[in-house]
Amino acid sequence: MAGIPHDHYEPTSAKEKWLHQRLPIVGLMYDTLMIPTPKNLNWMWIWGIVLTFTLVLQIATGIVLVMHYVPHVDMAFASVEHIMRNVNGGHMIRYVHMNGASLFFAAVYAHIFRGLYYGSYKAPREVTWIIGMLIYLLMMGTAFMGYVLPWGQMSFHGTAVITGLFGAIPVIGESIQTWLLGASAVGQPALNRFFSLHYLLPFIIAGLVILHIWAFHTTGNNNPTGVEVRRTSKEEAERDTLPFWPYFVIKDLFALTIILLIFFAIVGFMPNYLGHPDNYIEANPLATPAHIVPEWYFLPFYAILRAFDGDVWLVIIVDFITFGFVDAKFFGVLAMFGAIAVMALAPWLDTSSVRSGRYRPMFKWWFAILVVDFFVLMWAGAMPAEGIYPTIALIGSSYWFAYFLIILPLLGIIEKPTKPPATIEDDFKAMYKKDRSASGTPAVSPAE
Amino acid sequence: MLKKLSLSAALTLGLSATAALAAGGAGHVEDYDFSFEGPFGTFDQNQLQRGLKVYTEVCAACHGLKFVPIRTLGDAGGPDLPADQVREYAKLYEVYDEELEDFREAKPVDHFPESALENAPDLSLMAKARAGFHGPYGLGINQLMKGMGGPEYIASLMTGYVDPPACAPDDFDGYYNRAFTAGGIPAECKDENGYSKIEGSWIGMAPPLDDGYVEFDDGHENDLENLSKDVSAFLMWTAEPKMMARKQAGLTGVLFLTVLAVLLYLANKRLWAPIKQRAKDEE
Amino acid sequence: MVSSLCGHQTWFARKIREEMSLVSHADDHESTRRDFIYYAAAGGGAVLTTVAVWPLVNQMNPSADVLALASIRVDVSGIAPGTQLTQLWQGKPVFIRRRTSAEIEEARATDVSTLPDQVARNANTGEDVIATDENRSIGEDGEWLVMMGVCTHFGCVPLGDAGNFGGWFCPCHGSHYDISGRIRQGPAPENMHVPVAKFVDETTILIGEEEEEA
Repeated sequence: MAGIPHDHYEPTSAKEKWLHQRLPIVGLMYDTLMIPTPKNLNWMWIWGIVLTFTLVLQIATGIVLVMHYVPHVDMAFASVEHIMRNVNGGHMIRYVHMNGASLFFAAVYAHIFRGLYYGSYKAPREVTWIIGMLIYLLMMGTAFMGYVLPWGQMSFHGTAVITGLFGAIPVIGESIQTWLLGASAVGQPALNRFFSLHYLLPFIIAGLVILHIWAFHTTGNNNPTGVEVRRTSKEEAERDTLPFWPYFVIKDLFALTIILLIFFAIVGFMPNYLGHPDNYIEANPLATPAHIVPEWYFLPFYAILRAFDGDVWLVIIVDFITFGFVDAKFFGVLAMFGAIAVMALAPWLDTSSVRSGRYRPMFKWWFAILVVDFFVLMWAGAMPAEGIYPTIALIGSSYWFAYFLIILPLLGIIEKPTKPPATIEDDFKAMYKKDRSASGTPAVSPAE
Repeated sequence: MLKKLSLSAALTLGLSATAALAAGGAGHVEDYDFSFEGPFGTFDQNQLQRGLKVYTEVCAACHGLKFVPIRTLGDAGGPDLPADQVREYAKLYEVYDEELEDFREAKPVDHFPESALENAPDLSLMAKARAGFHGPYGLGINQLMKGMGGPEYIASLMTGYVDPPACAPDDFDGYYNRAFTAGGIPAECKDENGYSKIEGSWIGMAPPLDDGYVEFDDGHENDLENLSKDVSAFLMWTAEPKMMARKQAGLTGVLFLTVLAVLLYLANKRLWAPIKQRAKDEE
Repeated sequence: MVSSLCGHQTWFARKIREEMSLVSHADDHESTRRDFIYYAAAGGGAVLTTVAVWPLVNQMNPSADVLALASIRVDVSGIAPGTQLTQLWQGKPVFIRRRTSAEIEEARATDVSTLPDQVARNANTGEDVIATDENRSIGEDGEWLVMMGVCTHFGCVPLGDAGNFGGWFCPCHGSHYDISGRIRQGPAPENMHVPVAKFVDETTILIGEEEEEA
């Protein structure tokens, strides 16, 4: 599809022309930086920059930590303590890296839910969405393997549980699990390979990030109205857009600074709040913590994993018709990965003709419930699997699937959307018109 | 089965306090005040030195501090002992020297020894490993709002040896402690679903401290509560020796970022002003 | 690259100026204030980035455990006259020799002008001190000699009580050192180096510089 018409880089001096004919890198950077961006982006369009920054932060601090870390079962825990006690500034670097993972996931969830609300996944941005989902999967893998490295109790037994998920796959599961661990149980081979992959995957993520940006630079950004930028002429496009630099760079940097302010307050004053205290006990294969909990960012999916036990009628039916091939354990694994898969399929499940949730009166409510559901699942995942909690997790999981598999397809048919503005320019003007009349309250709240 | 297994494991290895949340028992943790709480809190050097004395005279008999280098006792912000006292202190311990293939007197560069008893956990990181008060309802409010963490737990454990509840038989193994939740609980004190009806559980460790167990040269108060708080503060330092540097860095970071945020806010506002103005004018 | 960025700046400045002229009466005062905010924000960002990069650089400097080994205390009470102790310090051997009076006499009788290297190579004295035995041993009586057990040729560890001069002999390329650790014969260019060392009490030698006590 044709990009948004805009000025391109023209080499002027002889030197510039010389380079441009051989390697048009300046032109590439210019086009990337000056990309026409919808004027009306709100404060939910900041997470991309936050995520890019966090990726760089994690790679930078990670490479530095590797200089002191020892991937050996006898020394890993002690080497982390060496970083915390002896290395110059090591405690800060480690805490930044540790909490950086939390920042990464907080930002990615905000980014994903923004996309879900404003219909950023819908045509023609499906490829951007799919690449984003791949990045998210790789992030989960990277974070999981990174959590193994300090070799605390939670690292060790968490690894046993998570790799055990693969063991639940019928027939080939056990061989896969053994292949993953390089042994029948978690030990030195697992630690060493997870270290290697934890180092490698972020660079693959970086590559996918470039594709992700390339993809949405080709289609153009979505925006809160979901209305496309007019592209018939450069003049028209310029009425809908502003160049990314400086307008959105400065705006995003301001937002990033605020986010980092909160991040630094957490690192400085409560760095262990988001972590599990058991990980300050060195791994001991002989003693399992009674209550294994993953890090907070995995909790919603962990809740889904545990929600489907053998008492759920759906699980019993599936077990029966597959002749026990899909048992409760495997069902849970399928549900967990399925929860992400249905999200990835959102572009094809959403039948609505309108892109942005802003103009979908019914959708708004279902979406709000999905957000609440996400937090409920997170909480249920942290609770022991007994009493009322499995029921809550089951209801929450069911809603998650229902949202994507039933509500999204049906809403497009039964819902009567309101009318979006004709152009982005109209939306932008309307924002400031209201601003003047309605006594100072901004028309669009930042977290809409 | 798993629960039972882990319970017994937790008992013998003295595992996590949070472990017991799953088992249903709750512990009584007192919200003691410490000088290092809050964003500006710092370690009290005198308290750390007293705590060191309590550790040395009582805890060290069984428990080690294997991740803590003895030299750090001289670090500013920590107990801050003078160098000659650190050297003298090191001589209290024997460490295994791999080059000599024998034990020798410890030097400041050596670490504290490991635990002498197999079922006595190492105390280096105990204050961080026992910080799990994610209550109420797993929301972490206690930790966030009251600053409750490992030191409160450790002090509560030291002062938690009270008379056992009436439901317990006299000959139940161990010592009743109202803060310790990872231990055994007699069947008589559980309800029909196997949940504990009482606070705390039975711990393998005999009450380590009591009023006047350790005397201080400066005559500082040495009742049970004071001794407990002193040793808890010391263990917080062993777990997080760089706490003060960390808070300082955090504060510096926050201040710098606040200034930058204000500047960027103004720059952003200026940058967008003509665009917004035009939108208004054209309307 | 630089020139093209400047290209943006001018393009952007032009654009801004156009827009400003539409809305307000952009006088000089306004534009100075506007520029100031931009420069201040850019400066603040640059400073913060620099500050943030420093820990990533500084972490490569020696860590506290390494620094703690910058000095060691050696108990020398067990060394009999005529014998030596080899002590590992910062990954290198240090020879601590308690010399007999005969050895001291021999070392002090040597004519410095005949030596291949006439510099003392002692970290405790100045740089240009001649290589008398007095300038290399500890104390007036010269009973104790402390030096790095590293041959100045290619860094092998010389053997004690060996060689043609009754001192040390390096087996790698055949350098002979006398009982004051001075090179006498062979390819080594310099006398064996004397590290910073002193007695802190009757029987303890401190090797290396101790951190100043606060």
